[in-house]
Amino acid sequence: MNGETDITGADGVPDPVTADLRLSVNGVPRPVTVDTRETLLDTLREHLGLTGAKKGCDHGQCGACTVLVDGRRALSCLTLTVTADDVEIVTVEGLADGDALHPLQAAFIENDALQCGYCTPGQLCSAAGALAEAADGWPSAVTPDLSAPPRLDETEIRERMSGNLCRCGAYPGIVAAVGQVAR
Amino acid sequence: MRPFTYERPADVRSAVAAAAGRPDAAYLGGGTNLVDLMRLGVATPRTLVDVTRISSRAIEETGGGLLIGAGVRNGDLAADPLVRRAQPLLARAVLEGASGQIRNMATVAGNLLQRTRCPYFQDVTKPCNKRLPGSGCPARTGDHRNLAILGHSEHCVATHPSDMAVALAALDALVHVEGPGGARTVPMPGLHRLPGDEPDRDTVLAPGELITAVEVPHLPFAARSRYRKVRDRASFAFAVVSVAAALDVAGGVVRDCRIALGGVAHAPWRAEAAEAALRGAAATPEEFARAADAELARSSPLPRNAFKAPLLRNVLVRTLTDLAEPAGFAESEPVETP
Ligand SMILES: Cc1cc2nc3c(=O)[nH]c(=O)nc-3n(C[C@H](O)[C@H](O)[C@H](O)COP(=O)(O)OP(=O)(O)OC[C@H]3O[C@@H](n4cnc5c(N)ncnc54)[C@H](O)[C@@H]3O)c2cc1C
Ligand code: SF4
Ligand code: FES
Ligand code: FES
Repeated sequence: MNGETDITGADGVPDPVTADLRLSVNGVPRPVTVDTRETLLDTLREHLGLTGAKKGCDHGQCGACTVLVDGRRALSCLTLTVTADDVEIVTVEGLADGDALHPLQAAFIENDALQCGYCTPGQLCSAAGALAEAADGWPSAVTPDLSAPPRLDETEIRERMSGNLCRCGAYPGIVAAVGQVAR
Repeated sequence: MRPFTYERPADVRSAVAAAAGRPDAAYLGGGTNLVDLMRLGVATPRTLVDVTRISSRAIEETGGGLLIGAGVRNGDLAADPLVRRAQPLLARAVLEGASGQIRNMATVAGNLLQRTRCPYFQDVTKPCNKRLPGSGCPARTGDHRNLAILGHSEHCVATHPSDMAVALAALDALVHVEGPGGARTVPMPGLHRLPGDEPDRDTVLAPGELITAVEVPHLPFAARSRYRKVRDRASFAFAVVSVAAALDVAGGVVRDCRIALGGVAHAPWRAEAAEAALRGAAATPEEFARAADAELARSSPLPRNAFKAPLLRNVLVRTLTDLAEPAGFAESEPVETP
């Protein structure tokens, strides 16, 4: 970090502030210099060549930018990169094990869970996060009993995936794919 | 977005010192509201003081209830076994908010202090008394379908968007705060203000005050509680109206109750008139309707949100009726607006 305290330039307009960081993305250390204003989504796409995460809305409303942060799903469009130097970031590029697809990726193909594919990286990372949450016993708004472990039926999957919109309406395939992996 | 410096203080004391006397510094929690408002040009801090590394992420049982660290993420809060068992109303309200991703990022403190979703507030090309005091309130004659019917003023008709805050207002929570002037606790309801002639002030917090924890006292009848939210789609939308209620019924009579309403005011709205009407009354739909009417007698809906009054009445009566069932209540279908 090299954030100076006085950031006002001679003309009264604040100068950009930069920070030197070491990110961890898909298990690989990635040194970057970023403007403090930069979001993780822009860093991944513009600096690190990881264009899997998509910019759908840039306001937290669509889920296309979803990545995993320390194993939990998060929105990279609302994450300032400067806050993410001490966490493990996994993007859709990091889901597969070499050439072996992640089970969710295979299930998405098998269930026709996409049309244009724009929302798909976010759907996949979100589904991976949702499965981990369910495995940890996390309830959702539609879980009938807060004290019992959740069962990932269609209603549960729809609720848990509601932060990911799909303009092509591939929802039936997405729900089927996530359900197949959940079983 | 305006350039800013980023600071990560070592502890609560240095966080408070970092923001003290600097009106252009802002605390950063999960960033799910602040980063968006900065991008929209609504918030223009010159310094972000990231408090996520120093805010407690612990949930502990105290003698009288639960102490929840300000840095607890909404997802962890709703999943916590203690919260699920002792304060199911709080867990339910949190689960009704936002999306899985956002709940994993959002902190307890940030959730309480998130700003209104009034469309004019979020659009810097429009006047708005909350964003720019004295510039006017276009919502009053414009788009106020989702805005307040209770406690608003000629200066602002915004609503507070948090679901969690509605449960905390029903549960008599205490907000722990550290500031340049020392530590104090602020009761809920009471943290959030009504707009009056100062709609730019959402809460009673002084500049630089940092929320450190929220204390939720034990409620003996917490098991008989419910959070019911009506929204424009089945999930991932802010409340049109919501009801947080807990009911203590014995022998067909309401011994005690807690009711707070969301989506209807500048603050989570504790329904004191309804509660007073209910204590000692028969636990029947007729009495629940009478209580709802007592609360709504104080409402002054605007032309395009007048539907909220009957909607709220129906949701409140239905929620209380479910809670009064002898066998507790069964979860029912989510309500959707037409
Ligand atoms: C698309 C979308 C949908 C949403 N839907 C819902 C919904 O249905 N229901 C709902 O309740 N919420 C909803 N939310 C809002 C979300 O819950 C809030 O944005 C979130 O809770 C804010 O928490 P945060 O930690 O990210 O706060 P931040 O964005 O980091 O901060 C919010 C405010 O709190 C201040 N702050 C943060 N921490 C502290 C502290 N410790 N002390 C003092 N001040 C502090 C910041 O300075 C800022 O002013 C939605 C958000 C989005 C983007
Ligand atoms: S209702 Fe409040 S927030 Fe909305 S435009 Fe009016 S003053 Fe601004
Ligand atoms: S791009 Fe992040 S949620 Fe839409
Ligand atoms: S597949 Fe096109 S947006 Fe989902």
